[in-house]
Amino acid sequence: MFAYYMELALRSLKRSPGLTTLMVLAIGFGVAASMTSWSVFRAVSGDPIPWKSAKLFVPQIDNWGSNGRSSDGEPPNAMDYADAMALMRQHRAKLQSAMYQISPSIVPAEASRHPVNVGGHAVYGEFFPMLDVPFKYGSGWSASDDANRAQVVVIGSKLNQKLFGGANSVGRSVNIEGHDYRVVGVLDHWNPQPRYYDVVNSGGFNSQSDDVFLPFQTAIQANIQNDGNTNCYAVPKEPGFVGLQHSECVWIAFMVELDDAAAVSAYRSYLDGYAKEQQQAGRFGWAPNNRLRDLPAWLDNQHVVPSDTKVSLLVALGLLLVCLVNTIGLLLAKFLRRSGEIGVRRALGAPRRAIYLQFLTEAGMVGAAGGVLGLLLTCAGVASVGWVMPKDIASLARLDVSLLVLTLLVAVLATMLAGLYPTWRASRVQPAWQLKSN
Amino acid sequence: MKLHPMIAALRKHKAGVVLIALQIALTLAIVCNAIFIIGQRISRVNRPTGLDESNLFLVSQQWVGAPSADSADGVAKLDAMQKEDLVALRNLPSVASVAPINSLPLLNSSWIGSVSLKPDAKFSDKAGNARTAYYFTDEQAMSTLGVKLVAGRWFNAGDVQHQGFRDNPPHPVVIVTKAMADKLFPAGDAVGKAVYADGSSSPSTIVGVVARLQVPATGSWVNDFAWNATLIPTRLNSNGSRYAVRAKPGQLEAAMKAVAPTLYRVNPLRVLDDDSVKSFADIRAKAYRADVGMAILMGVICLVLLSVTAAGIVGLTSFWVGQRHRQIGVRRALGARKVDILHYFQLENLLIAGSGALIGIGLALALNLWLMRHYEMDRLPLPYTLIGVLAVLVLGQCAVFVPARRASNVPPVTATRAV
Repeated sequence: MFAYYMELALRSLKRSPGLTTLMVLAIGFGVAASMTSWSVFRAVSGDPIPWKSAKLFVPQIDNWGSNGRSSDGEPPNAMDYADAMALMRQHRAKLQSAMYQISPSIVPAEASRHPVNVGGHAVYGEFFPMLDVPFKYGSGWSASDDANRAQVVVIGSKLNQKLFGGANSVGRSVNIEGHDYRVVGVLDHWNPQPRYYDVVNSGGFNSQSDDVFLPFQTAIQANIQNDGNTNCYAVPKEPGFVGLQHSECVWIAFMVELDDAAAVSAYRSYLDGYAKEQQQAGRFGWAPNNRLRDLPAWLDNQHVVPSDTKVSLLVALGLLLVCLVNTIGLLLAKFLRRSGEIGVRRALGAPRRAIYLQFLTEAGMVGAAGGVLGLLLTCAGVASVGWVMPKDIASLARLDVSLLVLTLLVAVLATMLAGLYPTWRASRVQPAWQLKSN
Repeated sequence: MKLHPMIAALRKHKAGVVLIALQIALTLAIVCNAIFIIGQRISRVNRPTGLDESNLFLVSQQWVGAPSADSADGVAKLDAMQKEDLVALRNLPSVASVAPINSLPLLNSSWIGSVSLKPDAKFSDKAGNARTAYYFTDEQAMSTLGVKLVAGRWFNAGDVQHQGFRDNPPHPVVIVTKAMADKLFPAGDAVGKAVYADGSSSPSTIVGVVARLQVPATGSWVNDFAWNATLIPTRLNSNGSRYAVRAKPGQLEAAMKAVAPTLYRVNPLRVLDDDSVKSFADIRAKAYRADVGMAILMGVICLVLLSVTAAGIVGLTSFWVGQRHRQIGVRRALGARKVDILHYFQLENLLIAGSGALIGIGLALALNLWLMRHYEMDRLPLPYTLIGVLAVLVLGQCAVFVPARRASNVPPVTATRAV
């Protein structure tokens, strides 16, 4: 019976090619626009570390008081050196790391090659296990390396390719800012988007991967200055990088791993206790005003998803809605034009259910055709987002099987949904009336 | 023509009428907001920076193994290195002038502070305070950047100092933009007055006022001080430096090509990569890429939306024409002219589109309000809504013309034939 309905639908669609083309085009464009913007939205709003994001937390300490607080009472979104170091020393979370963005230059061993500039972070050894950073060769460094300011470095796969042709470079040395560092680990293509461990400095998305990780204190000692944002509510009293370390300026990102609710509340009260201590010591002239957000909440708080992406998705969904309203109207016209045929079928004994089946099949076929067109247009759309979106974001939009399946599914389901009302109207056609009027 | 029979006829196919009206309303709501977004982005991209942008490019470089800017000795060495670079660049035949500078408009790297009328001001003070972005540069900046001086004088070579990147020495003289001068000194007498930068206790005298100079950042967070720039005659010393370079007319490419070999000759131990030498046109394109992209995207969506709606009107009206074939024949037989039939359908469409547009205005305002609340959008001005209404009405008339023409061609004889 279904095959018969398919044949009927095909015949009916062929009878009015103009109307059919209109519907297929409308659905194709509507679905393609929403799927393309969805692919971008999905890419930028996805959880960068889904298996662990609920256990990763970003602490914020209010070291500015009401002078520097924004109007919503939020403390600064980064840490000053003193607080970050105190939290590292007291080591209350399972794993934790302070980090700051660096952009050192690397001098290749061959004298003929010019120095290159790479992006990276100064971090603690616990950074690597905390974020499940994948290693191709070697590993991160130990707590004693941190304490001893060991001259070690973890490099990214791209830099390893550039300097060592991709070979296992563990144990070899890299010249960073004129000093030699021993490679202890090489990462295995790791460039999470958004760069969740330091969204304040990366703005979330950055097509350039971090290629150098140095121990935090090693970098401080080597006077490798921070390359990211520095926010101050008062000018540092002393000059230089050391002056920055002694100031209340915030420039350090911080992340901790807390495995269960008990650990979270313990850490929360620890932070409040720390702020109270600072208050008693006279450094803070205000009550504790800390935050401890898990990673998804933090990304949301920092508005990592660009609002343009959201607005585009919204407008594209609006377009799909208009296309569907359009399809309802056209299907209605199409179905009711065949009132006579429906009347005959009903008079010959077809139950309403059969009419439903017949017309929903037809709607589904229009949807499928629209879906196939939508599929092609989505491919073209995803390929061309680079023209209209910033490069860092556009490069994240991917065409994958799930997107293609979703495109088809949305097209067929939406069209069938749009077909419900016209079908209902068709099933209400009075056979007697139709037969009489013909 | 009377409206009453038309409305009675429309009642016969409520569903179709409601669907077209709804579609027009939704289209209007989205198109109004999309066109508003396009308009905003275009005006954002077109605002002048205050620079003479042609023939201007920026060199950003980093020394390797350079002395630390934290010691006086290191700062002196770094400054000597920077001066060597400046001399080498200024001697290039294709270069008109060069100025060291920490950033340029539209470059996302800024030094933000606040300038106040009183010494030792707090950042939280609102009155007599102006947020500003600092440009640290030298006496050649006016000709290099192409900014226009409207009052006072420009820096001379004697004004120019140098300092470590993170040091905070006093700055005896500054030049501010007109926007900044007007904010601090509404009476228009800024030249010669003292201001205090970043809560400092030592005064800086305003020696000159430039017509216009945009701050580096372009994000919405700088909207309230986008034109408040302060120029300080100081070379900043750190392990890197930036040079704004004005090429002689027509020699931009030659000048840009000459930079890397020249600087490597001065000192090979430095990083100069693909991003190091950038024309201002590239800086501008990169800064506004997202805005231009958004405008294009909204434009494409508007086009698709309007075409879909037009197609829907054509489809449904054609159906109605087909349905009313006989009635049209009867009207024609009773003496209606072709043009009467044509007008009938046009008026009918105007009625439907008009009511759709009325609902659409409400939807457009609601959508705008929602976007304002969630996505930093401005209030939709009335002209945009009116243009939108006009657009959908014209669209409806255009779309209805083809089926209405067909209807008007129905011969009167149809009335007698079919019964």
